[in-house]
Amino acid sequence: MNESLVPVAAGDARRGGLAPQRALPERVADLVRSAMSRQLAGPLAALAVAVVAFSLTTDTFLNPANVSLVLQQSVVIGTLALGQTLIILTAGIDLSAGAIMVLGTVLIARLAGEGNVLVAVLIGFLGCALMGAVNGLVVARWNLPPFIVTLGTLTVIAAATRLYTSSASYPVTSDVLRLLGSGPVVGGAKITYGTMLWLLLALALGYALTQTAWGTRVYAVGDSPHAARLTGIKVSRVLFSVYLVAGLIYAVAALAALGRTPIGDPSGYQTANLDTITAVVIGGTSLFGGRGGVAGTVVGALIVSVLQNGLTQAGIDSLYQQVAVGVLVIAAVGFDQLVRRRNKS
Amino acid sequence: MSETTPLVLTGRGLDKRYGHVLAMDGADFELAAGEILAVVGDNGAGKSTLIKSLTGAVVPDAGTIVLDGEEVRFRSPLDARRAGIETVYQELAVAPALDVTQNLYLGREHRMPGVMGTVLRRLDKKRMRQEAADHMADLGIRIQSVRQAVENLSGGQRQAVAVARAAAWGRRVVVMDEPTAALGVRETNQVLDLIQRVRDQGLPVVLISHNIPNVFQVADRIHIHRLGRRAALVRPGTTSMSEVVAVMTGATEASELESAVTDPVLTAAAATAPDAPPTWKDRSA
Repeated sequence: MNESLVPVAAGDARRGGLAPQRALPERVADLVRSAMSRQLAGPLAALAVAVVAFSLTTDTFLNPANVSLVLQQSVVIGTLALGQTLIILTAGIDLSAGAIMVLGTVLIARLAGEGNVLVAVLIGFLGCALMGAVNGLVVARWNLPPFIVTLGTLTVIAAATRLYTSSASYPVTSDVLRLLGSGPVVGGAKITYGTMLWLLLALALGYALTQTAWGTRVYAVGDSPHAARLTGIKVSRVLFSVYLVAGLIYAVAALAALGRTPIGDPSGYQTANLDTITAVVIGGTSLFGGRGGVAGTVVGALIVSVLQNGLTQAGIDSLYQQVAVGVLVIAAVGFDQLVRRRNKS
Repeated sequence: MSETTPLVLTGRGLDKRYGHVLAMDGADFELAAGEILAVVGDNGAGKSTLIKSLTGAVVPDAGTIVLDGEEVRFRSPLDARRAGIETVYQELAVAPALDVTQNLYLGREHRMPGVMGTVLRRLDKKRMRQEAADHMADLGIRIQSVRQAVENLSGGQRQAVAVARAAAWGRRVVVMDEPTAALGVRETNQVLDLIQRVRDQGLPVVLISHNIPNVFQVADRIHIHRLGRRAALVRPGTTSMSEVVAVMTGATEASELESAVTDPVLTAAAATAPDAPPTWKDRSA
């Protein structure tokens, strides 16, 4: 649409001139403000506290090799969680995220062992996109609750993956598929291509969410589907696109998973579904939709791996690590409720 | 309103039947350029069926609707919107977490010129904020910033955002369905002022309301709906509130009102339209 919003006074002189370019400090201030308004402050503070605490209490946490490990430990769940973020922004949830990724890893691993690697990757992406599309179609067209729909597809996909592999694992021999697990060493810390791809994907998705009309509509649909519909937005089309894009992101996560652990294992990543939701929620994205973003999710994924890694370095039992993450999730949801209530009054 | 005031939107002999119920029974409707036309009627009189058929939400079984001299057949609210008819709903139809600008432009965003817009599909946020701020100022809506989330505004300001959106995109008619029903007295007055400013900018307004004092405060003419059709079309200046209520409830027949039906605009305008040039095009002047 090229119509102007101000037809009434379109010839008005004050609209003719260009607004002066804003100064850089002002732009930085804008960025900071928008980060705050997207509730990034809390997660960032939590991450900073955790990093400082583990740096002080352990000798090993800040080792370059360990920093590299923390990043690598964040990549798979972090990438998956980007797709989950999109869905949660629409007030949905995807319980099948991990199952779709596992399907992707076994598809790619098995087909790569039998033939061309690129064809295998392509089919892996198609498979994940198809699963995302099925979720999207059922949620958007039939208007069924995403929780139940994806609980169903989780079961179906997990079973289909086992049937396809007869519950066997497929080790990856191709160097191409191991690429994402390798990377340059910077100051003693290996920065894998998988880490770079994760952060690049987060940037691209952040751009799409904050700078394009599609992003605004994703937020609008999650915020108030009723209002979105009344303004002429095709809500079901937006929802479908979100589940489809999420499926493609899960395929990228499958590649990252193969790069990190070169085996297509149908029983791997059993906790990934819930871990992604943990990362998204800790990152400040509201389960009620319309608030949050991918920057928070990146921070959320880092918080989870920093906690797990740091507590391990400090010699604390892994069961307590789970306790810590669980407490953090509830704290994050409680904080979200607080913000929502304050804004309502 | 002079005798040459053209009609912007008219309905003639509209029927709508739901099973055995006649929701519209030969209903007539007319909206003149530059006026606020209030539509009043008791519950069940068929007001909302009439309004829905004018905004595309209901397809009438019979009758004609003419917009700016051309017969139109709306199959959906989107058809009516494309034809330049915007609707403001009773419930606050804004997205609370989005800011004022985003709400004004929701579904109709501007993209950057050049490659940034066509390939990267980047929004022109600066232009949208600037135009949104100008538009709000033109309508006299006072808010701190167009970057404020709508949830931080008062109920009246939120409805003002919804009205501003309709006024911005409605090229021919703005229909307001009980826009003040959810608001307090002070906020209601603010929205009523705003409705008058929309009219003063040249957009004719159809105001559906239950509140007769509010209607008398702002309306140029009042369409009284009863038993599925227009019972009378009156002016607040020549008809009293109690007379309007009497016609609404059927206590008085419309023919007993001296001021009704013989309204000069009705006949004069009907004679000149649709040949007369529609004045809405001139509202930028």
